[in-house]
Amino acid sequence: MPTLFGTPLRRKEDPRLITGHATYTDDIRLPGMLYAAILRSPHAHARIRSVDASEAVRAPGVVRVYTGRDLEGRLGPIPTAWLVPDADLKTPPHPALASERVRYAGDGVAMVVAESRAAARDALERIRVDYEPLPAVVDAEKAMEPGAPLVHEEVPGNLVLHWRAGNGAEAAERAIAQAEVVVRRRLRNQRLIPTAMEPRAAVAQYNPATGELTLWLTSQNPHIHRVLLSGALGVPEQKLRVVAPEVGGGFGSKIPFYPDEALVAFAARDLGRPVKWTEERSENCRATTHGRDHVQEVVLAGTRDGRITALRVRAVANLGAYLSTAAPGVPTILFGLITSGPYAIPHIDVEVFGVLTHTTPVEAYRGAGRPEATYLLERLVDLYAREIGMDPAELRRRNFIPAHRFPYETPTGLTYDSGNYERALEKALEALDYDGLRKEQEEARKRGRFLGIGLSSYVEICGLGPSKVAGAVGFQGGLWESAVVRVHPTGKVNVYIGSSPHGQGEETTFAQVVADELGVPVEDVEIVHGDTAQTPMGWGTYGSRTTPVGSGALALAARRVAEKARKIAAHMLEAAPEDLDFRDGAFQVRGVPERKATIQQVALQAYLAWNLPEGMEPALEASAFYDPSNFVYPFGTHVAVVEVEPATGQVKLLRYVAVDDPGRVINPLIVDGQVHGGVVQGIGQALWEGAVYDENGQLLTGSMMDYALPRAGFLPPIETYRTETPSPVNPLGVKGVGETGTIASTPAVVNAVMDALAPFGIDHLEMPLTPEKIWRAVREAEARKGGAAA
Amino acid sequence: MEVTVRLTVNGQPAEGSAEPRTLLVHFLRDTLGLTGTHVGCDTSQCGACTVLLDGRAVKSCTLLAVQAEGRAVTTVEGLAALLPPEARVEGLHPLQAAFWEKHGLQCGFCTPGMLMTAADLLSRKPDPSEAEIREGLEGNLCRCTGYQNIVAAVRLAAERLRAAGAAAVGGEAALAAGAAAQGGAP
Ligand code: FES
Ligand code: FES
Repeated sequence: MPTLFGTPLRRKEDPRLITGHATYTDDIRLPGMLYAAILRSPHAHARIRSVDASEAVRAPGVVRVYTGRDLEGRLGPIPTAWLVPDADLKTPPHPALASERVRYAGDGVAMVVAESRAAARDALERIRVDYEPLPAVVDAEKAMEPGAPLVHEEVPGNLVLHWRAGNGAEAAERAIAQAEVVVRRRLRNQRLIPTAMEPRAAVAQYNPATGELTLWLTSQNPHIHRVLLSGALGVPEQKLRVVAPEVGGGFGSKIPFYPDEALVAFAARDLGRPVKWTEERSENCRATTHGRDHVQEVVLAGTRDGRITALRVRAVANLGAYLSTAAPGVPTILFGLITSGPYAIPHIDVEVFGVLTHTTPVEAYRGAGRPEATYLLERLVDLYAREIGMDPAELRRRNFIPAHRFPYETPTGLTYDSGNYERALEKALEALDYDGLRKEQEEARKRGRFLGIGLSSYVEICGLGPSKVAGAVGFQGGLWESAVVRVHPTGKVNVYIGSSPHGQGEETTFAQVVADELGVPVEDVEIVHGDTAQTPMGWGTYGSRTTPVGSGALALAARRVAEKARKIAAHMLEAAPEDLDFRDGAFQVRGVPERKATIQQVALQAYLAWNLPEGMEPALEASAFYDPSNFVYPFGTHVAVVEVEPATGQVKLLRYVAVDDPGRVINPLIVDGQVHGGVVQGIGQALWEGAVYDENGQLLTGSMMDYALPRAGFLPPIETYRTETPSPVNPLGVKGVGETGTIASTPAVVNAVMDALAPFGIDHLEMPLTPEKIWRAVREAEARKGGAAA
Repeated sequence: MEVTVRLTVNGQPAEGSAEPRTLLVHFLRDTLGLTGTHVGCDTSQCGACTVLLDGRAVKSCTLLAVQAEGRAVTTVEGLAALLPPEARVEGLHPLQAAFWEKHGLQCGFCTPGMLMTAADLLSRKPDPSEAEIREGLEGNLCRCTGYQNIVAAVRLAAERLRAAGAAAVGGEAALAAGAAAQGGAP
C-alpha cells in the first residue's frame, strides 16, 4: 500500500531556503532589542584577580555589563546531563561566567549588553581583567601525569571518568597471550571543530506581566534546552518557551546547553528588553564544543588464517575544561560498546579514561564515539591483513557476523537488530570492480604510480534509544519521541513532533510517511517542529534518531487516526469497520466500491460531530509516544581509491564508493544527500581537518583561514549504493543514515592512503594526512631503505 | 556618526543610514532587513554572504556599506527577478529550481551565497565542466551536502539556461556587469 515511501520527492523545506525567506535565529529582530557580546579569556588557565567593568559601563550605548560575581545565586551552574554510571564520574561546577579562574582560552568572563552589536563589541575592550596566568595542560595524557596542572581542584589527576566495557579483561588478556598474531598500535583520533555554517545565536524576550520567557536558539533539542534552562534560571517550565527556528547545521555542536544562551535569557529577564547574541566564527572555533580527541592503544589478536580472537582498547579521551552536556556518554557508551563493529570477536576489553584539560569542551560531533571506534577497528583490521598477507576484503568477510546470527549479542552487551554485512561488502566490491582495480594497482606500481584501495566496514548504533537503557547508562532523560497527527475539517493535516531536524529533511520524509498512512496528498501534510509551545515533548535530533524514533511515533499516531477514521466511515456507510478497505485515501465497502467515504469526508464528519458512532469523541487527531524497544544498527562498506604522489605527498581521491544499509529508505534523494555530506566530513578528518593548540593552550586553528574544511574542488563524486535490511524493531523498518558517512569514510581514506604507501613500508601515519606528513614519511622510508642497502 | 547610503537593491532604490565602518552584509541584513544573505565567518572564507554587486559576485563582508553607494546589489531575494518570467522555472531562477530538484541544500545556510556565486559563474561560463564548477565554488563553504548535489544543480541550471537561451544574470544587473567590465561607471 505505501506509495510515497521510497520516493525521491524534492524537499518541502526548500522553497523558503532557496529564496531567502527562511528565518534563522540571527534573522530575528524585535522592537527594543539589545545586543550582547561576551568577553572571553585569552588565557588557557589563569586566576582572575579582578574584573573592572566601570569604564565599559560608561561606554556609549552600553546598557549593562555582567560579570561572574553579578550572577552568583541568580543563574545556576551549567549542568552535565549524561551521568555515566560505574565510571567514578566527577562533575566539576561550570559557572555561566568565570569569576575566580578561567580554564580555557574562550571561557566567558563578562557579558556586555548594548544598544547595538557594534557598541557591545566595542565595550568589551574597555573591560579590564587582571589575570594571573597559570600553567596550562592541553594534552590529555600529560594531564594525567602526576604534578600536571589541575583544571578543577575537585578532580585529582584531571581524571573525570574511568570506565570499562567488554566480556572480561582477563579472558581477553589470555586470548592475546595465546594468539598466533598480535597487532598493536597507538592511534590518535584528532580533535575536530564541528563548524556548522551557521554560528550559534540566541534571542530572548521576557514579558514581565506574564512572566513568560521566550528563547529562540540554534538548538538541536529545544525541549532539552527548555528543561535545563528552567533549572538554571529558575523560570518555571510552563512559562518558558524555547524555539529552534531554522537551524543552519549542528553536527552535535548545537546539542549542549551553553553558558551563553543562559546568559542571554538571564539578561532579557533582568533588563526587561529583548536581547540577541550571535557568536563570531572565531568565537565559534573557541567556545563552541569540539569533537573526537582520543589517544588509543589498541591490540588486535588473531589466527594466521585471519580469524580475530580478541580486541583490547585503552583510550584516553580529552574532554576539555568542563564536562559538556552529553560529553561523558560519547567516549564511553557511544564508543566503547560499539568496538565490536561488524565482526564476531570472542573477547573484547575496553578501558576509557576521560580527562580534563585547558581546552574547549569536547562533545558529540557527527558520529560521536562511533567514528572513533570504527577508525581503530578498521585501521587494525587492515594492519592485521597486511601482517598475515591476506586481502583486506577477504579478512573482513571471514570475520563478519553472519546474516543468520541476528539478533546478535556483542561481547559489550549490545544486541544488533539485523544485518547482512557480507552483502554490503560484496556490493561495494562489485561496484568498484575490486579485482580489476587490484590488478590496475599492481600495474601502476610497476610504472611508479601509487594507487591505494581502502575498505571500511562498519556497524553503528543509532536510533537512540530505549528509555530504560538511557536510564541504565545514566542519560538524564528519556529517548522516546512523540507526535500529534491532527487532521483538520478540510482533511489537511498538521503533524506536531517533538524532535527537531535542522537540515536533515524530515519535514519531507515525515510528510511522506503520514501521507501514506492516511492516504492524503503529501502537499496536504505540514510538519511542525522546533517550538516547545507548539509541539509535544521530544528529546532532540542527534544520534541518527529522528527518522527511526520520530517516524516511529508519527506512524503510530497516524495509524490511530486511521483507525478512528475507519470507525467513523463505517458508521457513515452503515457497514462494519472490518468490512471496509482503505485504499487511495478512501474507505470502501468491500465488494461495493461505489459505497465509499474519503478521508476528507470522514474528517469533516468527525468535526461536525452530528452523527458519530455512539460514545465517540469528536475531531480527528491522535498522539503517540514511541519508546523503541532496541537501538537500530545501520551498516555498510565504504571504499576509497586514492593516488599518492610520493614526490609531493599529495593525495588524490580517485573514487569513493559507499554502500550503506539504513534499513528501509523513505526518500532516496535525502538519504544520498546525508551520505554525501557525512562522507565528506569524514574525508575532512582523514586528510585536512584538525584543531591544533600550542602548549600554552592557544588555539592555532581558530578561524576558517587556519582550520582546513573540505572545499568543492578537492572531492571526487561519491558513488552511493544501498542494501536494505529492514529493522525488525522499528514500526517502519527504518534505521538511520545521518552519521554513517562520517563513521565509515575516515578509515576508508586512511586505509587507502596506507595501501598506496605500502611499497614504502609505511603502514600507519596519524591524521590528518597532509602532504607534508606523507612527504616526510616517504623520505624517511627511502632513507631507511637506502641505509639498509648500504 | 552615521552616514546615508543610497544604492539600488534588487532593482529598487534603497537607502539607509550606517556607520562608516558598517559592512555591506550587516547593512543589508540589519538596516534593509534582507536576511537571506548570511554571515558565516569573520575572515572572508565561507561565502555565505555572497551577493551580486553590479552583476558580479562579491562577498558582502569584504565591503563597507558606503562602498556600495550608487551601485546595484542583488541578493538572493532578488535572484529570480534577474530573469524575465519566461526564463524562470516555477517562478524561480533556474539555479534555485535546480538546487531544489537536485537536493543541493540541507540546512540551507550556505545556499544563498552558493546561488549567487553560481549565478556569476554561469553568466561568465554558460557551459562549465564539473571541474570548472567545483573550482568556481572554491570560495563557498558548505558543511552539509559534500558539494556533490550543488555541483549537479549548477550543471542542471546551466543546461536549462542554455536551452532557454537565457543568461544566468540578466536585466539591469547584466548591463551593470557589462559596463563595469568595460571600465565604465554603471
Ligand atoms: S561571511 Fe563573508 S565570507 Fe564568510
Ligand atoms: S546546506 Fe548546510 S551549509 Fe550548505
